[in-house]
Amino acid sequence: MGTRQSQFRAALLDPAAPVPDGLTDGAGAPTVKRFDVYRNNVTVALIDALRTAFPVLRKLLGDANFDPLARVYARAHPPRSPLMMHYGQDMPAFLDGFAPLKHLGYLPDVARLELALRRSYHAADSAALDAQVLAACPPETLMGSCLQLAPAVQLIPSPWPLFDIWRYNTVAGAPKPQATAQSVLITRAGFDPEPHALTAAQYAWLHACQTGANLTEAQDSASATDPAFDLAPLLGLLLQHGALTTLTTPKD
Amino acid sequence: MSKTMKTVAIVGAVAAAVTAHSTTPAEAASKEKCFGISLAGENDCAAGPGTTCAGTSTVDYQGNAWTLVDAGTCTEIDLPALADGTPREGSLTELDRDLPA
Repeated sequence: MGTRQSQFRAALLDPAAPVPDGLTDGAGAPTVKRFDVYRNNVTVALIDALRTAFPVLRKLLGDANFDPLARVYARAHPPRSPLMMHYGQDMPAFLDGFAPLKHLGYLPDVARLELALRRSYHAADSAALDAQVLAACPPETLMGSCLQLAPAVQLIPSPWPLFDIWRYNTVAGAPKPQATAQSVLITRAGFDPEPHALTAAQYAWLHACQTGANLTEAQDSASATDPAFDLAPLLGLLLQHGALTTLTTPKD
Repeated sequence: MSKTMKTVAIVGAVAAAVTAHSTTPAEAASKEKCFGISLAGENDCAAGPGTTCAGTSTVDYQGNAWTLVDAGTCTEIDLPALADGTPREGSLTELDRDLPA
């Protein structure tokens, strides 16, 4: 049974493969045409899923380029999970290694952003940190405390103007991307994920926080990137968008 | 940076952010959901494949399908009038016009 299943699966993803042995219809006749129809439907459905999954990639490449790319991807990377809303996880690495699109170096980061938007959308809900908890914390305690980011928060580092590229292709009338590096923060205050542009120092601070650094260590990471780093605008953004959940003080 | 300077920087930033937070309304979004303006098959949705929303509007300007637009512009978007001459306008809430049969 195992062998027959793998043969069937391999033939589904390879249009040149022969129809697996032993497939018959209800009357006992061979089912070459039926298998071909099914094989075609599987590929078309996966291409459709990728079109839904990567709207910005599709817009950047155009349907005429995106669909053949999606066909190659779908056959090389069929779904590993029945949770189709996360389909396409290998797209960034696939694009990194896809020679014909090497000149569009930002495409893999765009794919990372689109995957992160979906992870954020489907992440667990969380209650936002009350800003008064921060205000009430004594300075010495605050310096050694960690801020926990909400499950829906996603970080995508990028050397490209990633936020501007996303916005230019999704928001009508948005300004053209400028030649600048922008990492992206995704927050989800209500139901819908929202991307925000980050400076390199802001990304360093968030990355430190995410990996368990306390506020002193996070400040050091950010200051090492940009000595003029000011935490206030970033913290304001995080509070406003419900991106923080708890303040863990050293004695907790 | 000395430890004292660092404490001042962090505590000052926290105080500034908390103050700013308590004086601005939450969710001052730069975009808003606008219903009734999308062309068929072009409504937004962030849920991804295998779900039942993105690109699922089937008629132009479908009243229960939305698209993200800059905040404050939704109701000013120019749309063709309805067949009976009633003006069509975008809306921040779902509409019961232009629903698929």
